[in-house]
Amino acid sequence: MGAKIDRMAYYLPDSVLSNTDLASINSGWKPEKVEKKVGIRNRHIAKKGETALDLAEQAARELLVNANPDEIDFILFCTQSPEYLLPTSACILQDRLGFRTDIGALDFNLGCSGYIYGLALSKGLINSGLCKKVLLLTGETYSKFLSPDDISNRSIFGDAASATLICHSEDEHLGEFEFGTDGRGADNLIVNNLTARESYHSDSNAKPELFMNGPEIFNFTIDMVPPLVKKVLAKNKLNKDEIDYTILHQANKYILEFLIDLVGLQKDKCHIDMLEYGNTVSNTIPIALKDAIDRGIVHAGDKVLLTGFGVGYSWGSTIITI
Amino acid sequence: MKDQFVTALAEALEKEVSDVTPQDHFREYEEWDSLAVLSVIAMIKQNYGITIPRKEFDTLTTVEDLYIYIDSHRE
Repeated sequence: MGAKIDRMAYYLPDSVLSNTDLASINSGWKPEKVEKKVGIRNRHIAKKGETALDLAEQAARELLVNANPDEIDFILFCTQSPEYLLPTSACILQDRLGFRTDIGALDFNLGCSGYIYGLALSKGLINSGLCKKVLLLTGETYSKFLSPDDISNRSIFGDAASATLICHSEDEHLGEFEFGTDGRGADNLIVNNLTARESYHSDSNAKPELFMNGPEIFNFTIDMVPPLVKKVLAKNKLNKDEIDYTILHQANKYILEFLIDLVGLQKDKCHIDMLEYGNTVSNTIPIALKDAIDRGIVHAGDKVLLTGFGVGYSWGSTIITI
Repeated sequence: MKDQFVTALAEALEKEVSDVTPQDHFREYEEWDSLAVLSVIAMIKQNYGITIPRKEFDTLTTVEDLYIYIDSHRE
């Protein structure tokens, strides 16, 4: 008895912000260096009026082509860009996608660790017998939290959504999980204006604005990821050599290469590809996983280590069998 | 060890070793940008096994300050 990923889809908004576009905004910004070191050439950006919910709906529609929408028992939607403060975006998705009304639906607010938590929640729902098919969605539009002159964050973050169908299965395909939380890092990646703590009301045309303390996030990452990988391997009674492929949250190429080296993983068995997407927050792991499957890098039966980490701070890791 | 540190710092910043001296204010280097910060953090973790909390890092000014901090905190 267990749970498995049945199929996956992702959706990228049409508009693309290229390195050339960014260089034209700020002449001191070096596109070649960013592509070479950060590993990003393009990011997809949601249009005005196009939201994370819209992107997630598109990803879900693609996933459910030729599927019976009546089979979905639960919607989990991971986003930090909800449609409204209330109601819950997942409730709106139930209606838009034409699902039954006797299903569960909820949003959860996590960033780069979100997909791991979504898999864990799905596994829990299925293995406890509460439901058989969970639609796990991630959707993020950090671009809406970035001011036009914030070149460094605009060069990193891209918008996207993903959809994963997780089903009951005879064998367990979702392994043991390791979680982590440290709210002391909350201030280092935050949107703190136009919120309950500040004020939802504003006389000006103020927009939510994202702040990221990059060096401190990097410090957190390099201190936390190596022990996290070690613990999740131990929990799953596996050693590094038994892992066929590793997908770390695709933060940026420089950070990934350093982490891979630090953890002592084989670089050719690790995913590093955010060239055409940027850092899409909770979407990076599902996008990478789907790409790795579609490109024939990962095959049925392979053991894949997934690790997410970031805003919160929050982190999580698991090992799945494809 | 100080020479080794200066060499490693120069490498992380993609500068000539001869262009880095202990008295330099490293934030004034032409190469100092957000990526350079990551490179220096990575070099210090790799070579000395430590991370410098941002608040403390912000109090360090010269190459020598960096070296003294690392020397007193390394594993």
